[in-house]
Amino acid sequence: MMPELGKYAGAVLGSYAASLGLIVALVAWSLWRSAKVRRTLAEVEARAAKAAALKAKAKKHG
Amino acid sequence: MSLWEYANPQKFMQLSRWVLPFVAAASVLCLVIGLAWGFFWTPDDYKQGSTVKIFYLHVPAAMMAINAWVMMLVTSLVWLIRRHHVSALAAKAAAPVGLTFTLIALATGALWGQPMWGTWWAWDPRLTSFLILALFYLGYIALWQAVDDPDTAADLTSVLCIVGSVFALLSRYAVNFWNQGLHQGASLSLDKKENVADVFWYPALVCIAGFVLLFISLVLLRTRTEIRSRRLGALLARERMG
Amino acid sequence: MIALLVRDMRLAMRAGGGFGLGLAFFLLVAVLVPLGVGPNSALLAKIAPGILWVGALLACLLSLDRLFALDFEDGSLDLLVTAPIPLEGAVAIKALAHWLVTGLPLTLIAPVLGVLLNLPEAGYFWLVVSLALGTPALSVIGAFGAALTVGLKRGGLLLSLLVLPLYVPTLIFGAEVVKRGADGMATATPLALLAAITAGVAALLPFASAAAIRINLR
Repeated sequence: MMPELGKYAGAVLGSYAASLGLIVALVAWSLWRSAKVRRTLAEVEARAAKAAALKAKAKKHG
Repeated sequence: MSLWEYANPQKFMQLSRWVLPFVAAASVLCLVIGLAWGFFWTPDDYKQGSTVKIFYLHVPAAMMAINAWVMMLVTSLVWLIRRHHVSALAAKAAAPVGLTFTLIALATGALWGQPMWGTWWAWDPRLTSFLILALFYLGYIALWQAVDDPDTAADLTSVLCIVGSVFALLSRYAVNFWNQGLHQGASLSLDKKENVADVFWYPALVCIAGFVLLFISLVLLRTRTEIRSRRLGALLARERMG
Repeated sequence: MIALLVRDMRLAMRAGGGFGLGLAFFLLVAVLVPLGVGPNSALLAKIAPGILWVGALLACLLSLDRLFALDFEDGSLDLLVTAPIPLEGAVAIKALAHWLVTGLPLTLIAPVLGVLLNLPEAGYFWLVVSLALGTPALSVIGAFGAALTVGLKRGGLLLSLLVLPLYVPTLIFGAEVVKRGADGMATATPLALLAAITAGVAALLPFASAAAIRINLR
């Protein structure tokens, strides 16, 4: 299965490893940040909605 | 119905949520097919041996490294002229992707140059230009990080991007003038297809498509994150105000 | 505008204005490089043009962060923005003042440092000419970088990161002039390109710098 790379095996495999490594790192970082921001935003939005509801309630009673 | 509709963050979020999975899947598909095809089922070049396989990574990465900057230039101009926030955030989202592609092009170039030219690094015009491009990306990203107010940061980085583009071009010619270099000319271009045999050309095309799609999906994903983080910042600011 | 020029130069010359600092830095570079690479005079002669240009460039960079920062802190930059003279003109004048207190002295002192670095005789004339033509571009480009970072607390390091890539074309053509001059070759092409960069940059970049200042003061 593995193709015969000859004496340049190090260079070829190194290139693929380095490039794929960089791409995977970038994708993983982007996904991680995306998930983190999404989670925090959901939390804060829920908090904001609760605060708004409380305020509306207070207005009704007060 | 015009293109500018999608400059509305909400419209953009709706559209990108729908498009992103398809683009991402297509990009993975293209990259897997193209790279596997290139790696396992193409012959060695009679002169370069198996190192020709490096080009399936090197050429698309180098192309996209430049195109990413062009895209940032266009979106910066759109932001300065039409004040669409999505545009500015897309430029911000694209910069780290462009930097990564520049690094890939430099790294694979160095790994290829070692056996072929007998050196990891030569102060060849193309190599030098790419190093300078990487510095421009770094400066651009650093400026985004340094400025607190998002709109000010978007304005300043847009101005930097425009001025930087002019200087990047100038540097390219200056560097050409300074050293004639050992890098071969562009080996893949649409009109000069005869430069490369078909066996190398088709997998390379698939790889290029894969890199383009990868760039688009990463920029979409990261722009979505930036939009959310803008909203998050606004909500937190409102919370603090009480 | 003349008043602004005179004021800026006076401020820069005053103690603590950093006037001598750039020159001292330039001198130190010219002293440290031979200590680092060894006293081989043929080698020094070969690298002297590049070292002198890089030294001048770094010396120029040193005083850039003060270009607008002081005016920003004491509020006179706000006055300049609303002043009857166009901000673009004010930026150009400030860049000129910066050149008069850094670039010009660097140009004048460079031949002395050329002796330290064993610059070939034919190179002195071209060294002075290229620095005289090229250092204004360094000041104008630097003013753009300073304008981008004017409101930032830790702008100094960022300023270097932004400005150094922009210095590449000027450096290449400037050093090339001296190199060719020292080797007795024709210098017309790089010299013309260097002059073109300085002229183009001086004509266009003040607009970008003024835009950046307006954004930062908004």
